[in-house]
Amino acid sequence: MTDISGFLKIKRKEAGNRPLNERIGDHSEVEQVLNSEDRMLQAARCMDCGTPYCHWGCPVDNLIPEWNDLLYKGDWKGAYLRLAATNNFPEFTGRICPAPCEHACVLNIIQEPVTIRENEVAIVEKAFTEGYIKPEPPKTRTGKSVAVIGSGPAGMAAADLLNKAGHLVTLFEKDEKAGGLLRFGIPDFKLSKATVDRRLDLMIKEGVIIRTGINIGKDITGKEILEQFDAICIAIGATHPRDLVAEGRDLNGIHFAMDFLSLQNRVNSGHIPASASNINAEGKKVLVIGGGDTGSDCVGTSTRQKAVSITQIEIMPKPPLRRSDNNPWPYFGKILKTSTSHEEGCERYWNLATVKFLGTDNHVTGVEVEDVVWNPINDKYTMLVVRDTRRIIDADLVLLAMGFVHPALEGLLSELELELDQRKNIKVDQTQLTNRQKVFAAGDSVSGATLVVNAIASGRKVAKEIDKFLRKA
Amino acid sequence: MKKERPKQQGLYRQEFEHGSCGIGFVAHLKGKKSHSIIRQGLDILINMAHRGAEGADSKTGDGAGVLIQIPRDFYLIQGYSLPPEGQFGTGLIFFPQDSSDAAECQEILTTIIKEEGVNLIGFREVPRNSSVIGEISRAAEPKILQILLGADVQQADLERKLYIIRKRTEIAIRNSNLKQKSFFYIPSLSTKVLVYKGMLTSIQLGEYFLDLNDERLQSAIALVHSRFSTNTFPSWDLAQPFRMLGHNGEINTIKGNRFWMEARESILQSEKLGDLTRLYPIIEPDKSDSASLDNVLEFLIMSGKSLPYAMSVLIPESINDKNPISPELKAFYKYHSTFLEPWDGPASLIFSDGRYIGGMLDRNGLRPSRYVITTNDLIVMGSEAGVQTFAPEEIREKGRLKPGKMLLVDTEIGKIFYDKELKAELAAEYPYGQWIQQNMVKLEKIETSHKESPDMGDQYDKYITSFNYSLEDTDKIIKEMAATGKEPLGSMGNDVPIAVLSKKPYRLFNYFKQMFAQVTNPPIDPIREELVMTLSGYLGSLQQNLLETTPDHVKMVRFRNPVISNTYFQVVKNLRYKGFSAANLQLHFDAGKGAEGLQDAVEQLCKDAEKAVDEGKNYIILSDRGISENTAPIPSLLAVSAVHHHLIKTRKRMQIDIVVESAEPREVMHFALLFGYGASIINPYMCFAVIDKLIKEKAIQLDYQKAEENYVNAVNKGILKIMSKMGISTLRSYRSSQIFEAVGIHTDIINKYFAGTTSRIGGIGMNEIAEEVLIPHRKAFIQEQQPDILTEGVYSYRKYGEHHAWNPEAVSLLQWSTSTGNYKKFKEYTNRVNADTASPGFIRGLLRIKTNPIPIAEVEPIEKIMKRFVTGAMSYGSISREAHETLAIAMNRIGGRSNTGEGGEDPVRFKPLENGDSVRSAIKQVASGRFGVTTEYLVNADELQIKIAQGAKPGEGGQLPGHKVDKIIAKTRYAIPGITLISPPPHHDIYSIEDLSQLIFDLKNVNPKAKVSVKLVSESGVGTIAAGVTKAGADLITISGYEGGTGASPSSSIKHAGLPLEIGLAETQQTLVMNNLRRKVIIQADGQLKSGRDIIIASLLGAEEFGFSTSALIVLGCVMMRKCHLNTCPVGVATQNPELRKRFRGKADNVVTYFKFLAEEVRELLAELGYRKMDDIIGRFDLLERNPEVNHWKIKNLDLSALITQPTESFDNAMHCCDVQDHKIDHILDKELIAEAEKAISDKQPVLIERSIHNTDRTTGAMLSGKIAMLYGSVGLPDGTIKCRFNGSAGQSFGAFLSPGIELYLEGDSNDYLGKGLSGGRIIVVPPVGSTFEPDKNIIIGNTVLYGATRGEIYISGVAGERFGVRNSGASAVVEGVGNHCCEYMTGGLVVVLGTTGSNFAAGMSGGVAYVFNENGDFDFYCNMGMVELSLVEDHSDINELTKLISKHYQFTKSKKAKMILDDLYKYIPMFIKVIPYDFNKVLQEQKLEEIRKKIADVEIDLEISAS
Repeated sequence: MTDISGFLKIKRKEAGNRPLNERIGDHSEVEQVLNSEDRMLQAARCMDCGTPYCHWGCPVDNLIPEWNDLLYKGDWKGAYLRLAATNNFPEFTGRICPAPCEHACVLNIIQEPVTIRENEVAIVEKAFTEGYIKPEPPKTRTGKSVAVIGSGPAGMAAADLLNKAGHLVTLFEKDEKAGGLLRFGIPDFKLSKATVDRRLDLMIKEGVIIRTGINIGKDITGKEILEQFDAICIAIGATHPRDLVAEGRDLNGIHFAMDFLSLQNRVNSGHIPASASNINAEGKKVLVIGGGDTGSDCVGTSTRQKAVSITQIEIMPKPPLRRSDNNPWPYFGKILKTSTSHEEGCERYWNLATVKFLGTDNHVTGVEVEDVVWNPINDKYTMLVVRDTRRIIDADLVLLAMGFVHPALEGLLSELELELDQRKNIKVDQTQLTNRQKVFAAGDSVSGATLVVNAIASGRKVAKEIDKFLRKA
Repeated sequence: MKKERPKQQGLYRQEFEHGSCGIGFVAHLKGKKSHSIIRQGLDILINMAHRGAEGADSKTGDGAGVLIQIPRDFYLIQGYSLPPEGQFGTGLIFFPQDSSDAAECQEILTTIIKEEGVNLIGFREVPRNSSVIGEISRAAEPKILQILLGADVQQADLERKLYIIRKRTEIAIRNSNLKQKSFFYIPSLSTKVLVYKGMLTSIQLGEYFLDLNDERLQSAIALVHSRFSTNTFPSWDLAQPFRMLGHNGEINTIKGNRFWMEARESILQSEKLGDLTRLYPIIEPDKSDSASLDNVLEFLIMSGKSLPYAMSVLIPESINDKNPISPELKAFYKYHSTFLEPWDGPASLIFSDGRYIGGMLDRNGLRPSRYVITTNDLIVMGSEAGVQTFAPEEIREKGRLKPGKMLLVDTEIGKIFYDKELKAELAAEYPYGQWIQQNMVKLEKIETSHKESPDMGDQYDKYITSFNYSLEDTDKIIKEMAATGKEPLGSMGNDVPIAVLSKKPYRLFNYFKQMFAQVTNPPIDPIREELVMTLSGYLGSLQQNLLETTPDHVKMVRFRNPVISNTYFQVVKNLRYKGFSAANLQLHFDAGKGAEGLQDAVEQLCKDAEKAVDEGKNYIILSDRGISENTAPIPSLLAVSAVHHHLIKTRKRMQIDIVVESAEPREVMHFALLFGYGASIINPYMCFAVIDKLIKEKAIQLDYQKAEENYVNAVNKGILKIMSKMGISTLRSYRSSQIFEAVGIHTDIINKYFAGTTSRIGGIGMNEIAEEVLIPHRKAFIQEQQPDILTEGVYSYRKYGEHHAWNPEAVSLLQWSTSTGNYKKFKEYTNRVNADTASPGFIRGLLRIKTNPIPIAEVEPIEKIMKRFVTGAMSYGSISREAHETLAIAMNRIGGRSNTGEGGEDPVRFKPLENGDSVRSAIKQVASGRFGVTTEYLVNADELQIKIAQGAKPGEGGQLPGHKVDKIIAKTRYAIPGITLISPPPHHDIYSIEDLSQLIFDLKNVNPKAKVSVKLVSESGVGTIAAGVTKAGADLITISGYEGGTGASPSSSIKHAGLPLEIGLAETQQTLVMNNLRRKVIIQADGQLKSGRDIIIASLLGAEEFGFSTSALIVLGCVMMRKCHLNTCPVGVATQNPELRKRFRGKADNVVTYFKFLAEEVRELLAELGYRKMDDIIGRFDLLERNPEVNHWKIKNLDLSALITQPTESFDNAMHCCDVQDHKIDHILDKELIAEAEKAISDKQPVLIERSIHNTDRTTGAMLSGKIAMLYGSVGLPDGTIKCRFNGSAGQSFGAFLSPGIELYLEGDSNDYLGKGLSGGRIIVVPPVGSTFEPDKNIIIGNTVLYGATRGEIYISGVAGERFGVRNSGASAVVEGVGNHCCEYMTGGLVVVLGTTGSNFAAGMSGGVAYVFNENGDFDFYCNMGMVELSLVEDHSDINELTKLISKHYQFTKSKKAKMILDDLYKYIPMFIKVIPYDFNKVLQEQKLEEIRKKIADVEIDLEISAS
């Protein structure tokens, strides 16, 4: 399989990103595309490992060595089929997945993994352009109906698979358009919304009914849904953001990251005019609190909105540049990540805790921070404040990007009296079933906020369980 | 103490026993009787005492005996009144010890004698001295009486009557209820010959039977045999000779031969013997392979066949093109091959009917047989030369038997018949050739215009799913075979569960494991020695009485190729040739009825098959085409075997052949199983459909015909390989030989459908078999959802695929914990792997230990435990230098031992490093290729390991392709860079257990301080083999599980050959304890050991040391890429690529940590068990029990009780090693040599030593050489410092491992293995002064000369046996004639043959040069041209080289032949042929070019310098 010594002859080659000066002027995708020939050569670097750690590390179990081989041989269609066998939406994961596969790639032991993520997106894009992907509605219908509530990646994956299995699926979305986090959370410069629309179109053509602007539990009660459908799948995400309780929190100019990001996405799509956007970084000193991906997205969006300065702070220590002894290959490497947004310009600080927000005229002007250290006490890393390190970071727009804690509890969950776990996520059994008959749940609303790829995996799992459930019934 | 051979206990089975031996005879050519002949016969035995064996009591022999002519006068003298010669018969009879049982037996015997009309004269007490025999032997000693009888009829008739009396009595007593009936045995009953034998050593035979010392006892012949049995269980009856023959060797196809003989009984008719049914079974049950062969031989003779005829048809020569025999003789063999399958296996046979006496070798000729004919009309033949000494002038002829050849003496007319004459006579008896031509048709020659398409159309998906083809089957296995004509290779062993442990459905095929030859018989090389192998067969039995010779026998279709295309299948199906007709039977069962449906269908199938026979059909076609939702396929293997056994049972098997048309077989193993259980021809139509589809999808870029041909070739090659592993040469004898063991099949199924197959842990029944068919079948026909594209993950890991023990979690946790020294993480790792083991991944996962905790502080420290750890044999070459040395450092630090593997070791590594570490591997391996095995290498070892087999590819050789042989590897292996290095399948000095004993003796001589270990692979019977190996003198035995790793091996070998470790280990422990041999030998276990728990279970099953390979490599960074065979290891472990080696990150510290952690965990578990020391738990099967919590649908009927049976003998016998072996090296000739050479050794002063020598002086020169290598390394002493002159017949391994500075000069002759491992010394052998025979026509040295030699020279003024110069890497040799396979696998050195050669010259020769004096101009016929080119000797330097060697030959030997050539070089040099391997020539040319380039460059530099 593949070229057995390809990895020795061919160097890792990434498609790279658009020039910095150019890309910050728009909201289009940052990442470029490699030509087909180079792409096939990149696939040749795959060694078809006897133990493919990439495949093991992939939440949706992508058969990476297999489609890499087909790609290397130029069998794009075969590669697509092998890819689609485990992943409903390679065009999403291929763009935005942090690629645990590449972390686990055997070549990554020496830090030169196969460009698995890019290969993935190349295969699926080729499949779209060459027409390998066509609407293929199920040949027969089972006569069973399923309501999928929430159209983020988990809901979409569940809806897609259940539809393919012949069940009649209605996908409900509270917002004006389907896609959930994919549409409103992730900036266009990482995932263009045309990509999301293309997939949704396909699903509609294959028979999935999509009803947007309907908040189940509010516009339609959960009880009604229960009566109308043979099975329910809840995939409403973990939308409740983690807040920062500190003096001055109620000052103006302090926003949750998701509010900021979704607004820009709505502007880009023309849903609302730019002028109507009430959170804008233009001309502002932006402080992003939270060092994760959402924070990084805020950085990139602020850059594009022409902020004066952007600072990102994180309470945890700065990750190492290389894996630490206790974070070995093939596990996900907890190392310093510099995103394209970071490259575009921002200051980053770590080990910094927020003491209080400062403001004038009820508007934030700065944030008082202090240094912290993390020391192991009784085998547990504990945060200690470093005395006399308080200082102020000037900011007139503060974005809170500290993650999400659990799904929205009011509405559907409380109405259906769904049992929750300790972290207030929906509690499910091994078959993804909640405490209520025929109500299943998946995605972030079960697991807490995590990666898109995990959401797809969860959606796939719940679909298989629901299918089994429906076939038995 | 047991009085009988033990029956089944634990895993031990009686049928596993093997024997092996020394044989010989003395006869007076003109039949002159004397006592001295008998005396000389007994002397032969004594001179071959080293070939027999002793049991645990060191006194009990395995058996010895002598066959003589009936000494009628001897009884007359004693006052018996006897009928005249020819009307008098006699024989010894073994009676039960119990007198009433004995009386009853006597009663039965007398009655039958009376019924047959023979007069009983009386019984004679046989004078014996029971005090000389050992305890074990005495406990089983029968009462022995001699019967005297007679009748007034023709001698031939009386002889037959005695045969009938004997057979009838045996049957009557066997069927009686007597308690001690197994004692009853009649060694011989004849008017012509008398056999004395018993469970005796060679020396005891003459002391025990007092008659044999009586001068009045006279005979003109004495045929003797001494036995080396693997076990020492009481077995007076298994001593040889039998009624007509003595056998040294092993019949590999014995199961099939016995089945076919039984099947044949229904169609046999003999006028001479009358009603045959009263004599059946022809083959006595529960006897050895040799005894069975004797039974059949005797039967043929009694039915009126001649001795040479019977021997020739039972053990035929090869009729391959390369065998230069007449077309008439080929026709004779071909004719008989149609109805009699060969008894295949290494065999040196001697036989006699009292008048004729002779010997023969099988087609492979792997056993030595040498003879001398004297001027006084004596002939002496034996396994060795020198068993009888004669003055040089007395010797008329010295010779050896050649492969497939026979020699016969008629003592009545005083004539010697040589093979040619004997066989010409046989061949001329009937117009065999004409009969064949008129009656036989070749399948391949049948014209057919109709081509049958492989395309399955829309049925394809249904079939592919129903027959459970995975993507790996189609895209890895079938595709590779069709594209390349070869089976795919794999590496790193097998870590998926065996079929029965897996929860997934498997094909029934996967429950069977191939067996393979180890120690007791050699595998063969299917590539280099293909001249003895064939897959051809016949179809369309018109089986008739084989005792009748008629042209009807050959009304058959002959096929070359047993795997046929759809087109030829149609031809077969519609064949109406000579009135042939076939019955078409469907392999279908009612899917709705499940197991019951399957059972009914199989029963019906058997009935239909029987009916087909009754209707006179010639063959039955079993087909699984036509499946549907309700019709599921019967597993093809079940169907074939069920029908085969049913027809045998109903005595109808001979009349019909089985043809299979099935979608099921895809891998080589599947085909092998179908043939092994009785199929003649297979049409694997689904594979062809897959190939067709792959071509249409452009996944294979060949036309269909070519791809199909490739696939079939790959299957054929694979089958040859599987056959060769067992040493079987022909598919005809492989067919139904059932050389498999089942693992995980219930005995009910086995007994009913696979009779004779071993299956020791129970397992699946009809329900599960049906379910395994129906799960995929339902997927194909019932479930609506399209099946996923699924890779089953059998070959490489896949999530939700088959479970792999080395999965990403296991690998990463092990690396994580050992690199950070985190014991908690390590416990996470062991918890994980233990859970995997119990999932269950391995048999040991089904077991749990009984606990009885004590404080851990009381348990012995880790240092003691770590001494029991070794790393496995991985050569420098298969793994990188970095990995190899890191392992050595780590093992030396913890007091364990690392293993060189087969690849030598750079002498630089013998010295410790400055920081105190050592990169020296304590274990030096000696494998079949002998690469790098020099004297210096051997003396720098603590343990010398003889690798008999390797877990991942037992019974196979290896090959290191030239492109991997870089300069350093070449240096350590004493080879040339770029030259392919081949390790032959067998050790060419181990064809049997006594040969192994010899090699152990050799190694002990070179390095008396090192332990000698023998590495075996788990298979059924390995315990019995281990017993033999212990008796052969091994200090340590490694039992490897089949799951062990490898650098490269065909995937079918990795998956299907050998057994899981647990079974082999437990069997070994049980058998050794039963024999009381366990005390003498250390047992080491290896095969996927990972955790402390694995170690504890292995020790409870009998191991005291533990080998780790894969896990140690993983600690060094291996990530189970399984790409070792491709040299692309991305972590620098298993690669020689310098770029990749830079990626190596392994650390000795981590390996040390791993073993410390393991030892710590062992301590914890010992504390839990309640024992303080490892020694206390070894072999404690009673501390193990089945864990009821581990269960699933397929394992619920597994029965592990045999596996954890504590043998009853363990109450008396030691359960672990507590004794040492007596290697018998204290009083050998070398001790004298060393004493006399003292000055030379200490001061390099020249010495000359003169001695006489005997064949009992073995391995002469090796101990002396070891001493010198210790002191002076490979440099040795200056040339000629120690000169030894010997006179007489030297024993085996003369001059083995001879160091530089030693010269052995032998006037006389020598046995096998001369110059083995020659490391720089010189050996000269010349005929004795005064001998009259021509040196270039008479054999003077034995087989397998210069095996593994690296340096030195030998000059032989005479002819050598087979395999001269085999695996020579650097020595030069001159000899005056050689047998077959000269220069085989040679990689370097020079061989000059001044006479004729045998066949297959230069097979597998990849380096070195040979010059052959082509006197007869026919050398090219004898040369295997596969790797070499021939040319005249025209190059100046070649002429010089050749002349120089011949001159030296003359100088040392005074050879007449050398003188003749030297005297007229112009005439003779042009008659020489130079043999040089292509590759080697290329390398040499390049070297020359390089030198020229260098010279030019030097000149240019000079010019520049002078210019400036």
